[in-house]
Amino acid sequence: MAEERRPKQCTVVLPTESMKAMAESIGVGQLQEESCAALSEEVSYRIKEIAQDALKFMHHGKRRKLTTSDIDHALKLKNVEPLYGFQSQEFIPFRFASGGGRELHFYEEKEVDLSDIINTPLPRVPLDVSLKAHWLSIEGVQPAIPENPPPGEMSVCVCFPSFSIIYLSKAAFFTKQPHFHHVYIFTVYIPSHFFPLHFPSAPKEQQKAESTEPLKVVKPGQEEEGSIQKGQGAISAEAKGKKEGLMRMKPRSTHELSVEQQLYYKEITEACVGSCEAKRAEALQSIATDPGLYQMLPRFSTFISEGVRVNVVQNNLALLIYLMRMVKALMDNPTLYLEKYLHELIPAVVTCIVSKQLCLRPDVDNHWALRDFAARLMAQSCKTFSTTTNNIQSRITKTFTKSWLDEKTQWTTRYGCIAGLSELGPDVIKTLILPRLTVEGARIKAVSEGPVVSNIDKIGADHVQSLLLKHCASVIAKTRPLPDNMEQYRADYGYLGPTLCSHVVKARAQAALQAQQVNRTTLTITQPRPTLTVSQSGIGGSGGSRSPSIIKVPSSLTLMSTRPGTPTQPSPPATKYIVMATSAGASSTQQVITLSSSSGSSVTSTVASATSTLQPLVKLESRGAGGLGGSRPLQKYIVVSLPTSASSSLESKSGMLPPSSSSTSPISLEAGMKMDRSDSPGASTQSPH
Amino acid sequence: MAAVQDGQLNMEVEKDIKTEITNDGSGNINANSSSPGSTSSGGKSKSPAGSGEDQQTLLAVLQFLKRNKLTESVDILRREAGLSADADDSPVSDSAGAGSGGVPNVSADGGDANSLLSRVSIATPVAPPATAPPKATGSMASGGEDQPDVNVVLSAYSQQGDPVLYPLYYNGLKKFIESVLDCHRAELSQVFYPLFVHMYLELVYNNHENEAKQFFEKFSGDQECYYEEDLRILSSMSKKEHMKGNETMLDFRTSKFVLRISRDSYQLLKRHLQERQNNQIWNIIQEHLYIDIFDGMPRSKSQIDAMSGSLAGEGKRDANKAKVFYGLLKEPEIEVPLDDEDEEAENEEGKPKKKKPKKDSMGSKSKKQDPNAPQQTRIPLPELKDSDKLDKIMNMKEATKKIRLSPDNLPSICFYSFLNAYQGLTAVDFTDDSSLIAGGFADSTVRVWSVTPKKLRRVKSAADLSNIDKESDDVLERIMDEKTASESKILYGHSGPVYGISFSPDRNYLLSSSEDGTVRLWSLQTFTCLVGYKGHNYPVWDTQFSPYGYYFISGGHDRVARLWATDHYQPLRMFAGHLADITCTLFHPNSNYVATGSADRTIRLWDVLTGNCVRILTGHKGPIHSLAFSPNGKFMASGATDGRVLLWDVGHGLMVGELKGHSDTIYALKFSRDGEILASGSMDNTVKLWDTLKAFDDVELDDFTAATGHIHLPENSQELLLGTYMTKSTPVIHLHFTRRNLLLAAGAYNP
Repeated sequence: MAEERRPKQCTVVLPTESMKAMAESIGVGQLQEESCAALSEEVSYRIKEIAQDALKFMHHGKRRKLTTSDIDHALKLKNVEPLYGFQSQEFIPFRFASGGGRELHFYEEKEVDLSDIINTPLPRVPLDVSLKAHWLSIEGVQPAIPENPPPGEMSVCVCFPSFSIIYLSKAAFFTKQPHFHHVYIFTVYIPSHFFPLHFPSAPKEQQKAESTEPLKVVKPGQEEEGSIQKGQGAISAEAKGKKEGLMRMKPRSTHELSVEQQLYYKEITEACVGSCEAKRAEALQSIATDPGLYQMLPRFSTFISEGVRVNVVQNNLALLIYLMRMVKALMDNPTLYLEKYLHELIPAVVTCIVSKQLCLRPDVDNHWALRDFAARLMAQSCKTFSTTTNNIQSRITKTFTKSWLDEKTQWTTRYGCIAGLSELGPDVIKTLILPRLTVEGARIKAVSEGPVVSNIDKIGADHVQSLLLKHCASVIAKTRPLPDNMEQYRADYGYLGPTLCSHVVKARAQAALQAQQVNRTTLTITQPRPTLTVSQSGIGGSGGSRSPSIIKVPSSLTLMSTRPGTPTQPSPPATKYIVMATSAGASSTQQVITLSSSSGSSVTSTVASATSTLQPLVKLESRGAGGLGGSRPLQKYIVVSLPTSASSSLESKSGMLPPSSSSTSPISLEAGMKMDRSDSPGASTQSPH
Repeated sequence: MAAVQDGQLNMEVEKDIKTEITNDGSGNINANSSSPGSTSSGGKSKSPAGSGEDQQTLLAVLQFLKRNKLTESVDILRREAGLSADADDSPVSDSAGAGSGGVPNVSADGGDANSLLSRVSIATPVAPPATAPPKATGSMASGGEDQPDVNVVLSAYSQQGDPVLYPLYYNGLKKFIESVLDCHRAELSQVFYPLFVHMYLELVYNNHENEAKQFFEKFSGDQECYYEEDLRILSSMSKKEHMKGNETMLDFRTSKFVLRISRDSYQLLKRHLQERQNNQIWNIIQEHLYIDIFDGMPRSKSQIDAMSGSLAGEGKRDANKAKVFYGLLKEPEIEVPLDDEDEEAENEEGKPKKKKPKKDSMGSKSKKQDPNAPQQTRIPLPELKDSDKLDKIMNMKEATKKIRLSPDNLPSICFYSFLNAYQGLTAVDFTDDSSLIAGGFADSTVRVWSVTPKKLRRVKSAADLSNIDKESDDVLERIMDEKTASESKILYGHSGPVYGISFSPDRNYLLSSSEDGTVRLWSLQTFTCLVGYKGHNYPVWDTQFSPYGYYFISGGHDRVARLWATDHYQPLRMFAGHLADITCTLFHPNSNYVATGSADRTIRLWDVLTGNCVRILTGHKGPIHSLAFSPNGKFMASGATDGRVLLWDVGHGLMVGELKGHSDTIYALKFSRDGEILASGSMDNTVKLWDTLKAFDDVELDDFTAATGHIHLPENSQELLLGTYMTKSTPVIHLHFTRRNLLLAAGAYNP
């Protein structure tokens, strides 16, 4: 019986002052205090009575909001003359006035000129009532359609029992605050088939928010799950002590695909790897455009990852190509946000770039095209998904470079590494590839002019050479001042110098030709330009605190939406550059400037820089062609050094895909992601000046 | 009833007990037989006055002594008078003295008073009648003369108690009830609420405004939370003048609050009150409460809570004793022609094909008469027309394709959202064959949509009709005006929001009830209004066609449900008894009974033939807004503003289940075609599915529970809940199972 006392419900009575004010408003002055009190009680009671009746009308009107018409009806019920006048849809605020020691709240009743009303144009006729049917539930399961609310609101969260990889990285934004300097963020990567699949048709922003800001999505009351991570070592324990709230895991929610979705998945995957090219085109088209695939994304991701794993071992080139085209299609789908599945997709893609052998007959089959294609995919995903927290681009770059620098690397892998690096953009070429042209040239020379070589090595060397020439020529054409002297080239670039020189000359001629013929938009498409505009000044180290904004240049947009499966020229890496170089062996003139001020220690950092419009592109280009980069006062290069001894211990695990054992390759990058840590973030971001 | 008598009764109250015994002996005093009550009150006011005289003077003397700080004398006097002379006696006499002295010392320290209340209730009960009378009677007389009618009703409140003592009485009883054994406490606690209400009303009636307010503030918090609505109404009532027009007040006065209490508990209470000579409370119990005494185990708190909550207490047990024929009527025997699919498809398009339904028996199952079913001719039902038979055949055919629902096989739900309704959608109905949807709107319109490809067409005008060849085969097709074909039609006629809407089973008519007090019958052939049924003078909240057509029921703010026939402009039956608005109405599947849900938080079942109320079902804690009968007619479900669905056994008049889960008013309930699943739709934007087979199975009905109605409800809402489906900010206001067990839901999207 003894319930807790509820708030008092009685004794709310209108103040007597109101009575006085109202009396005055109708011309009754000097109302006696007693009369006021009596009146106010009576009025309060009547008002309450009417309000209670009005509530009835609200309930029967199946509304939650009391309206003025409810009051009118309640008055009618009591046989009281209703209130006449206009009905206002909006809430009319009380005005307040005070004076003479009295406070007054009143409605402002403006005088309205009738002619104004008559002359104002009629408001738009409201839409008529209409009926719309949709499935709220199909055999007990609520379909994920826009008409239904996202099921996440109701999903029961289950504590997630295990996790695969702890990915540890320095939170760039904490570096702003000195006392957080050694705080790490733990992000738990969960195998994709366990992934929470709620928000089936969630907008991309939501998907992104979920995946990039895990801390915000975690529901309250789940902090205790952090305790699962006990025994993760001293670092985690230390971090826990400092920032308890950061260690959380995503809740798991089980999810089942509907029958239709299962069918769709089956059809699509079969078509993608089947023999009928027309069907495949259709399927890829569907993947690239269907807005409702989010639920199936983990399945697709696993399908691709497993498919690559198996087919690399079996050297099934065709299937690998099909799978890469699927990746391309997934990336092209504007409604999907792949970030959560990169741990499966990237290893698969990288495998297709650098694997030692991708086909049964390496001398005949054109596996080079696959490597090129996959490299473009990789570049595209770096551009899209690389953030300061996952550092995809820098890690990928490191992986490629490390494997390329290895003397024993086979030509196929070498080709893949170079292709992967070159696709990352002219800046990468400039800082990483050009300095090594001499070394690489010598190697090619050894193969092509040396005595005994296998045919395979010969082909590999040829391909590497043409690849290097293709990518380097365009970059050199833009950066190297005229004239193109054959001898000078030989001096600078060794064995490849002369050929390179002729290529550069050709490239310059072509660029000039195109500049005349083609409008600017296409120019930027065909000639990806390094465009760096600096988004932050001075204290660049904190640039990472901002999540990298990806501003799409129109040209890149057109490129992104190319038909699935057709390998096209990838869009220029529009916004972000992570340049890696060995601090010791840097040779290019520009890089000398850059690196001269760098400490030489191992540093990793990124800065978001936004490309603004096309106009600056052209300007930059012309300037870049004319003088050195030094003439661009606002530009900033972000330098990411290669692994040196300081970080090599950590890097030891990361490695790139061991060309020898390709079957394990998809995992190795995951492992590489595990411990990517650097010691002084933001310290090396420097301006060329 | 002899056991009621007690050995230790005081002589002074013997008279009272006698009247009480006569009351109890007759068992069921009619609610309107106020004569015994008034005589008893008259007698009472005399007898305690005589006895109290001594004590009164004594107290006055005591107080005088006290005031002069003559504590020794006080003690001596007290000892001599036989009053207990404890150490903590002085504050008692203080407050008592203040009261008797006529000084309204209501600000008496709460804690102090509380600790001593039991004592006070010994010392003071008889004092007030002697002191207060002049004031009270005076005011009563003056108030009574100008309003004779109300006066009759209110006169019983002219108790002449000292207002200051009311809280003490109440507190004394509270102390006592809190001190009794657990098993009795729950039962006796039921007394609190009616007692509180009536004491408050007495205070208000006798113009003790401040005391009433304080009394309310002090004890309103103790009442069960489900009485909050009523308390709010009570709280606003602080003057005698307010009582005159207040319906809630009249409800309290004109109807006795019914309590079910076991004999043991009752005797405990009575003994206590008589020992303490607590006449004030005793009078209220006598006059305003109806205590339904049963033999057997006292009920538990949960059992009581399940049944209480209504405006006037529980239903009396004998109110639910009448036999209800809940079985279904025998289906007319119609031969189902074994048509092939083509013909059926044609039928679905509504092309009336000529068929000769043979009168041969079609199956043995419908031949047997259900023993619980009413006689086929108990109420006259309209004869089946040819088109009805066709429809029946369609129905049977569809039924053969019906999906068998089970917890593992849930129905699909198709949701019809009303867009751009601007909060104006107030009622929705589907036709039984799910081909039409009607919506009632706050702007007084009724709209009808066709959800099949078949468009809505009007019959041609009379002039055009005369040109039609009546002999042609497709005459029914020819009479329709092709030019008027559209997907929806608007019906204008009401002058207020349309709150209730119902299709006739043959889809030829539509009923709508409105705030303007009328029920209108619309033709779906001409899309015009045929009749406006006037009878309710106040808003009509709901109307519903009988499952056999022809009859319909309506109920509204005037608390009377009316049964109509479409061809009579006056109601055939008026069902009066509810104490507040009738909020929803529903016909039993056999059309012999009508269920009404009300804002008084009860459901009543009325016999169409006799007009009697055959069931009063209590247990809801808020106005009831939806009702549904199971297809076999045996069970009923009801949903209220409290978000709970209650399941009832109609035959026994028992609550058999409680489904908790919704968080807002339930506006829609529907059983699946076979009754395995109950769907509920609510203001909280969800549709929930419940396993009713399990719900009804879980309840074991032995003879005892059936006889006493003290059912112990299993707490299994969560097990019974089969699914919850959120809509996108769309309150669910109607649900309908198609003949193939697809669930249709409707509501207005409120962005």
